[in-house]
Amino acid sequence: MRFNLAFALALSLAAAGGADAAPRAPYGLGRPASAAQIAGWDIDVRADGAGLPPGRGSVGDGRAIYAVSCSGCHGQNGEGGYADALVGGKGTLATVKPVRTVGSYWPYATTLFDYVRRAMPYNAPQSLTDDQTYAVVAYVLFLNQIVPAGAVLDAKTLPGVRMPNRNGFTSPDPRPDAR
Amino acid sequence: MLRAGGAAAVGATMTASASRALAATVPDDRPLTVPTWTKTQGAPILSPAYGVPAPFESGVVRRARVRGRIPTAASSTTPLQDLHGIITPNGLHFERHHAGVPTIDPDQHRLLVHGLVERPLIFTLNELMRFPSDTRIHFLECSGNGSFAALPASATAQDTHGLISCCEWTGVPLATVLAEAGLRAQAAWVLAEGADAAAMTRSIPIAKALDDALLAYAQNGERLRPEQGYPLRLLLPGYEGNMSVKWLRRLKVGDQPFETREETSKYTDLLPDGTARQFTFVMEAKSVITFPSGGQKLGGPGFYEISGLAWSGHGRITKVEVSADGGETWRPAKLQAPVLSKCLTRFRAPWIWDSKPARLQSRATDETGYVQPTRDALVGVRGLNSGYHDNAIQAWDVLADGSVLNAV
Repeated sequence: MRFNLAFALALSLAAAGGADAAPRAPYGLGRPASAAQIAGWDIDVRADGAGLPPGRGSVGDGRAIYAVSCSGCHGQNGEGGYADALVGGKGTLATVKPVRTVGSYWPYATTLFDYVRRAMPYNAPQSLTDDQTYAVVAYVLFLNQIVPAGAVLDAKTLPGVRMPNRNGFTSPDPRPDAR
Repeated sequence: MLRAGGAAAVGATMTASASRALAATVPDDRPLTVPTWTKTQGAPILSPAYGVPAPFESGVVRRARVRGRIPTAASSTTPLQDLHGIITPNGLHFERHHAGVPTIDPDQHRLLVHGLVERPLIFTLNELMRFPSDTRIHFLECSGNGSFAALPASATAQDTHGLISCCEWTGVPLATVLAEAGLRAQAAWVLAEGADAAAMTRSIPIAKALDDALLAYAQNGERLRPEQGYPLRLLLPGYEGNMSVKWLRRLKVGDQPFETREETSKYTDLLPDGTARQFTFVMEAKSVITFPSGGQKLGGPGFYEISGLAWSGHGRITKVEVSADGGETWRPAKLQAPVLSKCLTRFRAPWIWDSKPARLQSRATDETGYVQPTRDALVGVRGLNSGYHDNAIQAWDVLADGSVLNAV
């Protein structure tokens, strides 16, 4: 929001003759993007929860949505099918047959919201409401025993959900064998 | 004589060298005949308007890489064993899609640049194409190319290494477009997002964005193919292919990585101790012999030119060595010009085959001095569940009858 304010300020200053109030775009190509325009596509959610929309969803509501929109590919209880397993694999990452699921592998619960909102359900991406997305996320986390059956998730509570494999990653590019 | 998996188009699956070898085995001193095509007029121009390969080359196609059961979330491979030089024809560029290939009207497509910028901007394709352009030849490799999978002896170079292609890309440097929007001081990462049904997203370090990243709209002289992101894709030379987001619709500048699904639950490299490496961007030095390679057959003892491809995401290839004795001895191959940074380099080495079993290998070194590792060395560090960034030395076994197999 503040960027658009800055832009509006620069425009108004320019109109008032304050030509050097803001650096000019080198080529003058493209059109200013308004906050309203940006909102149409600005769907990403960061690990700290930045970008999470208003709304909320419960495990109970998520169970019903999951049954209709998710279970066909991910299995009745997230065990997987046409698509990835969402549940299970706890304790397998250091074995010869690691099972990488939301519960065993994903470091951030917020990523689940981001991904479901942008790409799921597979046959109708970006069709769930924000409330439905919160609910499905809550249910998948419940299936992994990460949140309790009574959990209700929203922009405040979701970033606080601690994923079991949160500390399982090393970065950036830590490969000792890479150079 | 037939390539593995080449049930279709049987007549086209005989390699040129195999044909020559066959002809040489049939003694025939009759005068050369004058074929019909010399005695009749050929096809007129525009047959067809957009040219296609000779019908005899119909076996040179991409092939599905068997994995998963959803055809829109899948990959197909480039027939490396049938290509020459370093350029991949547009119709043979490997594919990896997560939600199919969208059909995007270029007049309706927009690129949004926002976040930590002074001027959030929306661009049409025409506006992007008005910026000063740049054209460069770079490889693009899926980080799952190889993937530590145990492939059968029948595997071809397409099966083992086909998730790499190399094209001449034209576009506007990402740095130019970011400067147009004006980066704020805290800018550290750029989220790139696709307009496909996966709305694919990856976080790009700002240093890479300002270095050699390209917003590409053309490939080998023509506009991008739909499978390659038409009308606009990101191209990050030398980085794992997934980051070169296709059908690019949005760039959001931030002060930290966005921790998307693709850079956390996927495209991270699991180690034997259960931890995983994240943000392993660069595709390390790697090479593969494409002739002789799996599924091909040598027509008899004598001279052959070993030929293959080498590449590094860190820069130029400085050396490729080949071994015909399973790694006991190595000798340098000739690097075919041009040798470009973050680009396929063609290498070749003369070889006299004595019709005894032989194991052929190639080993690449890049300008940083990094040497492509053996499989044992790589697996020793990464184990077998690393999934991505498998750049181990490939071996092909030439049997006494001339057939070539993937060494397993």
